[in-house]
Amino acid sequence: MSQPKRRRINVRMPAIGGQGAVTAAHIMATAADYAGYHAVSNPFFGAEKRMAPAESYVRIGIEPIYDRGEVVYPDVIMVFHSQVITMGKSYTMPFYSGIKKNGLIIINTEEDLLTERDHEYLESLNVKVFNFSATKFALDHAGTELSTNMAMLGAFFGITQIVGMDAVEEGIKARFLKKFVASGGTMSLDSAIERKFKKKLELIEKNIATAKASYELGQEWARQQGMESWLPSPKEVARV
Amino acid sequence: MQKTQQVQYNRAGQRVVSPEYLLFEAPREKQFMTGSEVVKEAVKRSSVDASVSYPITPQSEAAHMIGELWVEGYVGVYFRGESEFGVMSEVAGCSMAGARTVTTTSGPGTLRAMENFPMWAGSRLPIQLVLMARGVNTPLSIQPDNLEISFLLDTGCMIWHAENAQELFDMIIAGFVVAEQPDVHVPIITAIDGFFISHTREAVNIPPDDIALPPYNPYKSPLVPIDMEMSPGRFLRDPYVMKSNYISYAAHTSWQYEVRAAIERSRPYAKHYLRGLIEEFGDPEGEIVFVASGTAGAQAKEATQIMIHEEGIKARVVRIKTLRPFPYQELLQAVQGAKYIFVPEFNVIGWLEREVRRALYGNVDIPVIGSPRVAGGMTMPPEFIVKEVLEYLGKEVKHVI
Repeated sequence: MSQPKRRRINVRMPAIGGQGAVTAAHIMATAADYAGYHAVSNPFFGAEKRMAPAESYVRIGIEPIYDRGEVVYPDVIMVFHSQVITMGKSYTMPFYSGIKKNGLIIINTEEDLLTERDHEYLESLNVKVFNFSATKFALDHAGTELSTNMAMLGAFFGITQIVGMDAVEEGIKARFLKKFVASGGTMSLDSAIERKFKKKLELIEKNIATAKASYELGQEWARQQGMESWLPSPKEVARV
Repeated sequence: MQKTQQVQYNRAGQRVVSPEYLLFEAPREKQFMTGSEVVKEAVKRSSVDASVSYPITPQSEAAHMIGELWVEGYVGVYFRGESEFGVMSEVAGCSMAGARTVTTTSGPGTLRAMENFPMWAGSRLPIQLVLMARGVNTPLSIQPDNLEISFLLDTGCMIWHAENAQELFDMIIAGFVVAEQPDVHVPIITAIDGFFISHTREAVNIPPDDIALPPYNPYKSPLVPIDMEMSPGRFLRDPYVMKSNYISYAAHTSWQYEVRAAIERSRPYAKHYLRGLIEEFGDPEGEIVFVASGTAGAQAKEATQIMIHEEGIKARVVRIKTLRPFPYQELLQAVQGAKYIFVPEFNVIGWLEREVRRALYGNVDIPVIGSPRVAGGMTMPPEFIVKEVLEYLGKEVKHVI
């Protein structure tokens, strides 16, 4: 399969409040930044609550990124919850509106949720769809649904092959051992998670294990699809 | 008389360094943070004496984190006001008493506090307001929209508009330095587009946190600060001002001119500490010129790259960093050779377009197009800017959206 030469990947993450899409976005951008890319992440600017639509965005590129706000034209869409599709819990309708040619959709599901029309449209744009049960994956590897976002994150990096697991690990560690706090809400959520896991390091280890397993799954799928790395490595760019 | 000793450490135990060292020379480390976190880091290095806060989205996190600095001993006084009007009055009191003062607000909070901004300016208080702009109209929007900046343009405050978290960090530190110059000494509003900067996480280079600005010296103020001999607001209630006669009118008028003149006198300082009042980006020979500030400037930069690389159109951006003082000369110089000037904005009225027209009127004959313009929280994708420009020029839109 011939892939376009990308200089930027725009990622949109429609999710349900409480699933950790904002955290996943922050870790994704941190990991890309660690690997030498330019990266920016931001949440959707609304009032989020549990089970309500929540969305976050990441931009990763080989050049400085100025673009801000919602990702209206994504290369990758990561659907964290089936309700995004089945109940329309999405800020855009359909959830894949604006997707670019040769794009990718990762869906947390055990079954195919798309209609025939959806498939036809996405195929016409050569958009690949990767269905996998991130929630089940999180339960299997971390023993908690709370790591669903880590499973999604791992799958993204496994498929796009822009950074190695070392950077993903670094991003996860930076988030949970961080000096800087995203918000009061995140702080109280953090302490709740800490209580649940008793130890922070144990949580980090489980998150990394989940991300690693889904990274390998994504990598294998991408190989079957004949996909190569979605961005030139920052080192190659530096040489040019 | 005892020899004056130079201050070497501030109240928090940070080593006092020159503004030049802090802004230009100190080694910097890359951090990955949000705009709100950046406010905390900048205030931490600014030897701030007092801050008063009131919650409103999207500035609540920044205000909250200044409170953390107070807990950690980096800020002298911190408390929550009873409303934004209360906050802006209380920081005025802090500043009159000789404190280096910072506060933050957004949208409706700004409007509620409005009476205080010209009061700050007339009282020559070098207060810093970090403004995270958001929508102000009914129907309610808590989303990014910078209409409120237009209401502040003529309050007698300096207004700078940052493009990203890095620039916000540097502007906050430089803001204190410029606002406190004895020949300037007016309030400084460091504005950003809320959410686009406050809630976005990006790479920022910052100096170590064990160094900070020299503390504020209130005795360099053109008006005497409150002390044991000087009651608050003496200047404001002197009898001649309170009489309705020619002298009181003249005193008011000349002081209003003086406040504006003080903003003008900030030019060389702002130019030095911000490395210029404008930034030029893109093809220097570009015939399509975007004049923009804040996040609209960032979006215009992306649009410019699409136009150059994908549409083969020469384009460039002139990004305005200081709205007050407005960079007339720099703008006039920068738009030479332009065929069309587009002014993209995140508000319905196009206040920057008005400013640009006023600056250029009678000086150059280049069409100014106030487009594209979005509001109420809408994102301005660069692809959309390119489409607007191409359609205006009657050209085919080739790139795929």
